[in-house]
Amino acid sequence: MFFSRLALVSALVFNALVPARADWLNFRGPQGSGFDPAAAQTPAELSDKTLAWKIPLPGRGLGSAIVVGDKVFVTAASGPEQQQLHVLCFAVKDGAPIWERRFWATGRTMSHNKTNVAAPTPASDGERIYALYSSNDLVCLDLEGNLVWMRALTLDYPNASNSLGLASSPIVVGDTLVAQIENDSESFAAGFDLLTGVNKWKLDRPKSANWTSPTVVIKDGESIVALQGSDGILGLLPSTGSEMFKVAGGASTIPSSAASGDQLFIPSKGLTAVKIGVSDVTPEKVWNEANERPGTASPLVIGEKVYLINNAGVLTCIARGTGARVWRTRIEGPFSGSPVAGAGDRLFIFGETGIGQVVDLSGEEGKIVSKIELGETILSTPALSGGALYIRSDGHLWKFSGAL
Amino acid sequence: MKASAPLFAAALFLGLSPAPLHAAEWSGALEQILKVGPEGAGNAEAAKAWGELTSHGAEVILPVLEAMETAGPIARNWMRSAVETVFERELAAKAALPADQIKAFVLDRKNEPNARRLAFDLYGKVSPDDAGKLIPGMIDDPSSPLRRDAVGQLLAEGRTLLEAGDKEKSLATLTRALDAARDIDQIDAVAKLLREKLEQKLDLPKHFGFLMHWHLIAPFDNTDRKGFDTVFPPETEINLSSTYEGKDGKKLSWQEYATSDDYGKVDFNTPFSPLKQVTGYAYTEFLSGTARDAEIRLGCKNAWKIWFNGELLFGRDEYHRGQRIDQYSLPVKLKEGKNTILVKACQNEQEQDWTAQWEYQLRVCDSTGTAILATDRKPTPEKVAPPRRPAADAKPADAKPTPAKPAQ
Repeated sequence: MFFSRLALVSALVFNALVPARADWLNFRGPQGSGFDPAAAQTPAELSDKTLAWKIPLPGRGLGSAIVVGDKVFVTAASGPEQQQLHVLCFAVKDGAPIWERRFWATGRTMSHNKTNVAAPTPASDGERIYALYSSNDLVCLDLEGNLVWMRALTLDYPNASNSLGLASSPIVVGDTLVAQIENDSESFAAGFDLLTGVNKWKLDRPKSANWTSPTVVIKDGESIVALQGSDGILGLLPSTGSEMFKVAGGASTIPSSAASGDQLFIPSKGLTAVKIGVSDVTPEKVWNEANERPGTASPLVIGEKVYLINNAGVLTCIARGTGARVWRTRIEGPFSGSPVAGAGDRLFIFGETGIGQVVDLSGEEGKIVSKIELGETILSTPALSGGALYIRSDGHLWKFSGAL
Repeated sequence: MKASAPLFAAALFLGLSPAPLHAAEWSGALEQILKVGPEGAGNAEAAKAWGELTSHGAEVILPVLEAMETAGPIARNWMRSAVETVFERELAAKAALPADQIKAFVLDRKNEPNARRLAFDLYGKVSPDDAGKLIPGMIDDPSSPLRRDAVGQLLAEGRTLLEAGDKEKSLATLTRALDAARDIDQIDAVAKLLREKLEQKLDLPKHFGFLMHWHLIAPFDNTDRKGFDTVFPPETEINLSSTYEGKDGKKLSWQEYATSDDYGKVDFNTPFSPLKQVTGYAYTEFLSGTARDAEIRLGCKNAWKIWFNGELLFGRDEYHRGQRIDQYSLPVKLKEGKNTILVKACQNEQEQDWTAQWEYQLRVCDSTGTAILATDRKPTPEKVAPPRRPAADAKPADAKPTPAKPAQ
């Protein structure tokens, strides 16, 4: 009896702490890597038939939507100097606006015209939303839109900015929000307390512009946040910032790694697969393929296959274990966003010209099975949740549903 | 406690400000929010205070707007979101809103500029027609965010007159727009019409307040980007008749330089020829008629430092990530009489064609972007036609700009 009660209490606590599996909580979803095996259903196609709703947005942004329960969140920036920062909350069901919060940027809002101050994707722990902007404003709101905390990181660290614009997306790992504010000058990564926003740790990083986002890799059964940068990968214990491992040899500062279990697939010298291993063991390079070079889009790992898209718009499938090429097919780019997938052997990707494509991965070669032209610039990555796909364009947030 | 709508409406009817009735209820919360500090200090307390503020009704809107006057940028954001949260909720509930007080707050030019813009947007939601009527009167408003709408109206009007063939009225309207414009995009748009369609000669450097006359000295070393932290002689003394040893033992002396660029670009490559891994300095003096607050605004895509009256203002070691007017705003206190400005600009080792620039642009203005002109400002130099480049030097047709990244 005691044990059954304990089990019940444990289950309740667990359920309270762990967000529902339908949630898509950050850039590229689970492990920050684009693949959600729990997303058993995904839209059968991208078409007018599966378009559930389309909602206008008050400003541009490159950050993806995230989904928590019955709400979808997205950020935007507007105004002549992009100084108006928006956090928007809509109903998953019908796209009805639930709340919006606006803030004035406190840091520099300059960016390349292609990007935008709302480039990072917000993150969530299932209870709160953490919205980071290129102006280094970091805002925490609860799911009802109540302001929990704010940081103006440029006021704290005046040279932490990138005149082209920052884009790295934060992620919640355990009880810490981790963000990379990496640039040519005052470059750092930090872990923030989820409830107060104060620094739990702050770490100097290479003085080099870096647009990659952190991923989560498992080591000894524990979630480790992997920071990618020009010098390679640095694995940190998220709660303390303590170093857990390093992968030297450099890495790209544009496409991010994909994590799968205890392995990382790093855009480094082409693509490099690394097994992180257990404590006190140096990460082991499994393979490197110099000719398999991800473009701006980050790679994706699904089961025994790795998928990458190069700057010529070629989607390549390679074997996870060996790096050997399995097939290649051309898809319609160019791409700034990254591909995502659920459990249904379907890869979803949106190109800069507004074309969404679904690639069937179940056969011997990849096959485009659905395509839609949305008629707007899209520089973002889709989110998958509850059998639906969410994508933000320059002007709208779109939901596609209707599972196979 | 939330004031009931009838009581509030009665207060408005009687011409009473509702604020004093409940001041004690929210003053503590406002004080708490004003205490938010660096690195997240005071966040937990501010969150409680925010919850308290937003538990009130519309009666809290004016006091919070007024409190923005003394708030820093972080506290102001806490307050803004509280005001908007209450306003949107009360508007949706069709509760009484203090429209007249909000309008009065907008029109009082002594109030904080961003708070006034916020109040204007709120007023526009309850009285859109009347809010629209306020815009023309904001053409000389000290709040740039409010003035912008008025300039936008004049720009549109001038363009319409131009299209209708009324050059005389268009010229008058666009000239007013240019005189009032403070935002770069609006100045550019108006100037383009005045120059290209109405053949007007404009002195944009004077309009912006760019400093056009300098003394330059270069090249000092910046091999391996070490020049940024190296103290070269101009950082320890300004003697325009001295000579110094520069990079590779070269004898260096100050030379006069004047730019005629519309946007005040000071180009080290012009007098010193394109160089890499070098450091240059530029010096000028600014005679101010009065002691006053001002801003030095800089655009630069090289690593740079600025000293104002001998004190280091700021420095930044970023190379070739982009440049624009007013990229950096640095508050200063002008002295009456002579003020000195020293700029250090470092060029790095990159060889791509988009890394050739070794330049900056600097202006002196007030916090709204209105130019402050030196009492001895010299006439803007006449533009000279650029020398014809031999074909071999021409920029390749496929030259690409600095790559924009962001993978999302």
